[in-house]
Amino acid sequence: MSRFLEYLVKNARPLTWVMLALMALLVIADVFIPTGYGRFPFDSIGGFGALYGFVSCVLIIVVSKLLGYAFLYRSEDYYDDALPDGRPRAGAPEPPEKRDD
Amino acid sequence: MTETGALASGTWLHPSLLLILGTLVIPFLRGRVQQGYRLLLSLVFLWVVWTIAPGTYGSLQFLGLDLVPGRVDTLSLVFAYVFSLITVIGTIYSLHLKDNVQHVAALIYAAAAVGVVFAGDLVTLYVFWELMMLASVWLIWRRRTPQSYAAGMRYLLVHTASGVMLLGGIALFYTQTGSIAFEQIDITGPAFYLILIGFMINAAVPPLHAWLSDAYPEATVTGAIFLSALTTKTAVYVLIRGFPGTELLVWMGAVMALWGVVYAVLANDIRRLLAYHIISQVGYMVAGVGMGTAIALNGSASHAFTHILYKALLFMGAGAVIHMTGKSKLTELGGLYRYMPYTFLLYMIGAFSISAFPLFSGFVSKTMVVEAAAVDYRMWIWLMLSMASAGTFLHTGLKLPYFTFLGRDSGLRPQEAPWNMLLAMGIAAFFCVFIGVYPAWLYGFLPAPVDYNAYTLDHLFWELQLLLFTGLGFFLLLKHVGGEPKISIDTDWLYRRALPATARWVGDRGGAAWQGLLTLSRRSIAAFVTGLARHHGPGSVLARTWPTGSMVLWVAIILAGSLLIYYV
Repeated sequence: MSRFLEYLVKNARPLTWVMLALMALLVIADVFIPTGYGRFPFDSIGGFGALYGFVSCVLIIVVSKLLGYAFLYRSEDYYDDALPDGRPRAGAPEPPEKRDD
Repeated sequence: MTETGALASGTWLHPSLLLILGTLVIPFLRGRVQQGYRLLLSLVFLWVVWTIAPGTYGSLQFLGLDLVPGRVDTLSLVFAYVFSLITVIGTIYSLHLKDNVQHVAALIYAAAAVGVVFAGDLVTLYVFWELMMLASVWLIWRRRTPQSYAAGMRYLLVHTASGVMLLGGIALFYTQTGSIAFEQIDITGPAFYLILIGFMINAAVPPLHAWLSDAYPEATVTGAIFLSALTTKTAVYVLIRGFPGTELLVWMGAVMALWGVVYAVLANDIRRLLAYHIISQVGYMVAGVGMGTAIALNGSASHAFTHILYKALLFMGAGAVIHMTGKSKLTELGGLYRYMPYTFLLYMIGAFSISAFPLFSGFVSKTMVVEAAAVDYRMWIWLMLSMASAGTFLHTGLKLPYFTFLGRDSGLRPQEAPWNMLLAMGIAAFFCVFIGVYPAWLYGFLPAPVDYNAYTLDHLFWELQLLLFTGLGFFLLLKHVGGEPKISIDTDWLYRRALPATARWVGDRGGAAWQGLLTLSRRSIAAFVTGLARHHGPGSVLARTWPTGSMVLWVAIILAGSLLIYYV
């Protein structure tokens, strides 16, 4: 099994080109084959799915990261359940020797 | 069927009761015997649930209330089927584990979830609702870290709030209608909203969702499987039953779907990322409930079914990584595909399912909800849900596996996960593919007849383009999408930071004011006491001992004075 995965990873570059070619074919097929999807003004446009997927992806990453840096990101110990000197807060159990799971 | 049910009601054994009684034996068994018993118990539970005929069972009068613990119809069965299935899978996944508390808690939790979906009245529902909370919190606490203890406490508090809302709503509902039967809640006033909010908290609808992404990543590796499957999906069930067609839920659902996606971008902990995608996926179901059409409700129910299986598979994959490496952060993981190839491949089956790739289970259920929005000409909802689809693939299908199993080599050299974990993942993966390839099996037991075909050219074109070009975006932005060693605050910030800070502020200020008041009153009391002492204290004017002679003199003077006045 790992040999198969190793093979895929080793050939990542040619596989990427195959993938891109398939994606291009998909868009071309969508442009030329009518699908009968026509509930909204845009969903009968060939390749709209590709455009929307790409734009969604970029938008999600950019907007989320902006929100993160502007408002939401905090350091990892922001909510630390320990007092500044490292003692656990009153009420918290002693840390166990090892995690059961 | 109803009549046979009524006839059998005297002897009917509730599957939840069966399972709860069965768990009581677990602590007395050891080793292989216990493993075998747990597996057998979950299989018996599966068999009992899958062979129940629709009908009404075990109705009884209690304190003047008509209790219906066994209302079995097509809607409750969809959920009961998948709950019992995931109980078997979760049991296999935790077969290696030696922790009786977790075994008992997990099975009681599953029993309570099935109890909720079979409850035909609100009181029975409430009892099982609370039992779910009480059992499930142990799956968090048994991680036995200070973090999981605190997260479990917060989980308990939020769900207590949900329980109180629900109970208040039920009481009002009963006084208003005189009935506790659980059908569509079609009254107005506070009872409607109290019950709805109680349900929405468990469904993790923002802004009441933060308990989920807070607690699930702190749960035990095996407990998270049960958690990911049961609580939110029983909430979806009660929403379908009680609030179909509630317009508010359409928008809440769509916002929810995107909310989870945004936070998944920021997440670094792999199970927190997955937890945010539970919220996102339940958003589809909630939106479907809000639309309320037959296709939308079918979509919600079927998406709950497929979601439980693929989400459990994803949590099992992430759990296996945590179990074998002890690490849970994307920034600390990477390159594991060489050492855990089966975990990787099984995880990817779950990832393709949640992303709704054709031939995987999500495709036949998620597109039904999205289609329901299209049929109703809800353009914005349709666009929002489609965008969330892209986001789902982006994180669960690309970001998490890329930075965990591929990407840079983290130097970790774990073994492959134990056989029982792989077997449990394999069973879940089988159902993910089976439902994707043969959706008629799932469609056969949905609440309404299904008039929907996922495998049409337009669905295939649309979905494949959406997903593959999302992938293109991911690889172009690869440098910016990895995990960062940070956490992001969510609405739980309100009760983890803002409220305690406010309380501390009020405490400090109030304390100071109180001290001031005390000082002030002490000063005036002291002045009063000093005054008293001046006149009445030892040696003061009024406390002096007076010689008898001087008193006689004063008496004589007063007498003389009075005589004088008398004569004048």
